[in-house]
Amino acid sequence: MDFANAYSWINIHFLLRGLWVTIYVSLISIALSFIIGLVLGTVRYTKIPILSKVVGFVVDIIRNLPLLLIIFFTYFGLPGIGLRVNAVVASIIALVVFESCMIAEIVRSGIGAVPSGQMEGARSNGMTYMQAMFYVVMPQALLKMIPTLLSQFVSLVKDTSLATIIILPELLYRAQIVYSQDTRYMIPMYLIIAVMYFIVCFCLSMVASYLQKRFDTKTD
Amino acid sequence: MWSLLVNNWQTFLIGFWNTIWCSILALVFSLIIGSGFAILETMPNKFWRGVARVYIEIFRNIPLLVIAMIFYLVIPQFWVKMNGFTAGTIGLTLYTSAFISETVRSGIQSVGDGQMEGARSNGMTYWQAMRYVILPQAFKIVIPPLGNQFVNLIKNSSVLAFVAGFDLMYQGDVIASTTFQTIPTYIIVGIFYLILTLPLSYYMQYLERK
Repeated sequence: MDFANAYSWINIHFLLRGLWVTIYVSLISIALSFIIGLVLGTVRYTKIPILSKVVGFVVDIIRNLPLLLIIFFTYFGLPGIGLRVNAVVASIIALVVFESCMIAEIVRSGIGAVPSGQMEGARSNGMTYMQAMFYVVMPQALLKMIPTLLSQFVSLVKDTSLATIIILPELLYRAQIVYSQDTRYMIPMYLIIAVMYFIVCFCLSMVASYLQKRFDTKTD
Repeated sequence: MWSLLVNNWQTFLIGFWNTIWCSILALVFSLIIGSGFAILETMPNKFWRGVARVYIEIFRNIPLLVIAMIFYLVIPQFWVKMNGFTAGTIGLTLYTSAFISETVRSGIQSVGDGQMEGARSNGMTYWQAMRYVILPQAFKIVIPPLGNQFVNLIKNSSVLAFVAGFDLMYQGDVIASTTFQTIPTYIIVGIFYLILTLPLSYYMQYLERK
């Protein structure tokens, strides 16, 4: 153990750049998977004849596979269909595929939790199905979903660490590089990346539980 | 793909078995630890509530992979030596116990205060009331979310591949790197995982609807 040398500015700077990779990969994945998940969840909920069944089937399959497997599939599979991508793009694709299916399920149950009278009321006031969905049901459903969605985003941030296996230069991967040069740095490195992950995820979790409390008191 | 399975069925089966065994061990222990911390978190004593909060927040907000690596690489340096399977399973147990604790806590809190007060005023001690009145009702409520945690646990057990835990993912990796049939191998691995997770998650959906 050699804390003073392990936390030299060069090493910390190297790790912070990894933290930045973790954060921006997470942010892009969160944005994309939220949009795609919203669409998939709505499609699954609305029961369009064949489409909803197909979407439901695919979502259930992907949701029940380990993310690690999906990362492997994208990394080794994409070149097979002629797409040469680097680790960053491959990780983002894998994360988006997996998380959008998880979010689709959250969205579906969120819409399901809105009382059906809301839809009926909106329809009988002359709105079309789409209008009622977007202006009446969806805003209420989203409000209900926010805490669950945020905790899903926290797991997304944590899950970026799995992409070390396809050499995404994020926090864990960079820590491994540092301590592979000097094994005495191993303990300090794991300590500091645990703290870094903790700070990022804890802030997000705090927002989630704050919102949870607010909505709990609102709905009571 | 069929010949791949036939030629390597033993390797796959070892992995499948290790994944199941690790999931069961982690489930049992994380249920015990998680319920323990859930009870602590709902106790009137502020100190114990704080202890539980700290434990849960730490293990909930650090990636499972980092926890498993710490048990695999860091702990053996100054404490017990352990193999990859043990390290991975302990990591998985601690990580999952934080989530289970949150789930059980919400179950305990959704049982009305009147239940505890009624039990106490009938002469039960706090622990008797917890054991015979509150927990049975709480567990009934949280079975579907607990099932979902179990599905997550099975999926998360794939981190054993990082710590040489000989689970399904690890064995798949070994086969993929010896036969060079990467995609077919991972498809078979995926099917094995689905055999475990799909029935469970459909059953939980069915319970939720009921």
